[in-house]
Amino acid sequence: MNFSVLTSQFWSLAFQGLALGLIYSLVSLGYTMVYGVLRLINFANSEVFMVGTFSVLYLQVYILRIPIGDPALHGIKLIAYLALSLIGSMIVCALLAIVVELVAYRRLRARGANRLASLISAIGVSIALLEGFSMITGARGKIAPRLLDKWSFGEVAGANFRIDQVMAIVMPIIIFFLLDQFVTKSRLGKSIRAVSMSEENSKLMGIDINRVITLTFCIGGLTTGAAAFLYTTVYENTVFNVGFNMGIAAFTAAVLGGIGNLRGAFYGGLALGMLEQFASAVLGSQWKSITVFVVLVVILLVKPNGLFGEAVQQTRT
Amino acid sequence: MSTLKNFNLRDFGAGIWAQWNRGTRTIFVLVLLSLVALLPFAAGWGPTSFLNTPITSFQNVLVYPVGMFVLMALGLNIVVGKSGLLDLGYVAFFAIGAYSQGVLSTFYGWNTWEVLPVGIGCAMLSGVLLGLPALRLRGDYLAIITLGFGEIVRIVALNLNVTGGPSGIAGIPNPPGFFGLKFDIMNPQNFFWVVLALILLTIWMVRRFTVRRPGRAWEAIRQDEDVAALMGVNTLVYKLWSFVIGAAVGGAAGVIFASKVMVISPDMFKFDVSILILACVVFGGIGNIWGVALGASILAYLPERIRFLADSRQLVFGLVLVLMMNLRPDGLLPRKKREKITEKGAK
Repeated sequence: MNFSVLTSQFWSLAFQGLALGLIYSLVSLGYTMVYGVLRLINFANSEVFMVGTFSVLYLQVYILRIPIGDPALHGIKLIAYLALSLIGSMIVCALLAIVVELVAYRRLRARGANRLASLISAIGVSIALLEGFSMITGARGKIAPRLLDKWSFGEVAGANFRIDQVMAIVMPIIIFFLLDQFVTKSRLGKSIRAVSMSEENSKLMGIDINRVITLTFCIGGLTTGAAAFLYTTVYENTVFNVGFNMGIAAFTAAVLGGIGNLRGAFYGGLALGMLEQFASAVLGSQWKSITVFVVLVVILLVKPNGLFGEAVQQTRT
Repeated sequence: MSTLKNFNLRDFGAGIWAQWNRGTRTIFVLVLLSLVALLPFAAGWGPTSFLNTPITSFQNVLVYPVGMFVLMALGLNIVVGKSGLLDLGYVAFFAIGAYSQGVLSTFYGWNTWEVLPVGIGCAMLSGVLLGLPALRLRGDYLAIITLGFGEIVRIVALNLNVTGGPSGIAGIPNPPGFFGLKFDIMNPQNFFWVVLALILLTIWMVRRFTVRRPGRAWEAIRQDEDVAALMGVNTLVYKLWSFVIGAAVGGAAGVIFASKVMVISPDMFKFDVSILILACVVFGGIGNIWGVALGASILAYLPERIRFLADSRQLVFGLVLVLMMNLRPDGLLPRKKREKITEKGAK
């Protein structure tokens, strides 16, 4: 127990927690969007994230030809390369998420199979991807090239505002804002919400269910891809099982906020990231995940539908 | 084509079974049982030697993973299949059983048969402790809490001194022998028979429960919890019972496992084990004992048999899961059609 860090490093911890939490909430969208429409845990999303991190890494190493250990880039080139990695990762993840839906879910859904069957087939896809990548990339993991020089904006109250962490905070906020607008305002967004309220009625209203589901997986993939880009940029390494902890954290975040709920995912991720940072500072990092789960249990006991399960029902995805 | 599509192997088997008289049934069961009991010698006998597994000997594979997974899948089936509660942290009970054996035998010198009831008790107690808060939640909220519990047990084992931390507990003694049966590294078949006895006991127990009050209550809860509650079923109590009985089976498996492998460490009780057991249940045919036993045997045996594929065996395993779930979404041996129709109606 070390409570003194709470006062001495409060802002620094809060800032790191914010950056980590927003990456969580981007990944948790991959769970929560799909859950809203299909009422299924999209188990393969953690592997979509893993593939995303590797696509960033391979894109930078083999296509953009940035050798590992080179000095960081500057100016236009930096922005262009960052943008390319981001877009590449988002496209790869979105395509993979769509393929996962086709392989693991579509046929089973057409046959009206029980929920657990889809869960197991998604787990099958997840195992196959995990093991496939462990064979290709090796068990040790890979180091990503350093594109971005991690300079600091300066110190405020003992917290270092590093550029990559600022990026990891600003970008998810923009993405969430855009997504929220898309889901509430656009025609396609409305059709997603309609399907999540009632599949039968949406069908009767002429909504193409399969198209909506593909779109949902695609959006989940896009945000997971963005998270993968941020993760690789901030931590500069990845390994074949990187998705496991990220997946559990993101799913927990989604449940914490109220699964199936877009804003819930945002706040759930945020809360989880902060909690993890503070808990590992106070109790030691080995007890981090226990604290998280204990808090989750307590919150679910008080609010069985998650923090925002009912309050923000209108913007259900 | 439509007859083929609606073909249900379980109903087909049940049809044949119904035509037999008592004598034929007894003979069939005895023959089947003795065939299963003779399995440890199958690898040494010419015509069945194709069953032999590379690297780990076939007799050891029969105990762990095959026997253990069948036992645990039957235990999880009570929770997931009978009362419809999604438990993603079943490995926790297995770990609690294994660690009871590890701690009590190395620190206090208890033997396996003395630890067995205590280990089962510990698992049941933890089932109550987890179940009381968690079972008020539904569906996927329950799933994430149980998942969290599985991780908590593993992390606690990883960080406590009494459980040996990351290196775990070594030097756990084998069980003492009885009736001239020796339990040591040279005689894995004896372990198999003990596990087989536990499996039979579990099957008997589940069958008794299914036709009595708890079984009917579970069935009602599985189909519609609200309606069950309205009909006067005390849902929390019966859900807790199914949880605790499932935990007891997991604990028993853990105790035997620890005394068989002699060394346990937190690595053995990761989330993947829970997932694998759940996969066994769904793959075999959720809710149907014979399906679950068959599914667990195949899923536990397959990765050992295809070890010659080395690194890609898990890849193949994942693909087999996807393929099989797509071909037979209700599992190899689905539960009774009667139950399935109501399940669809409830949707």
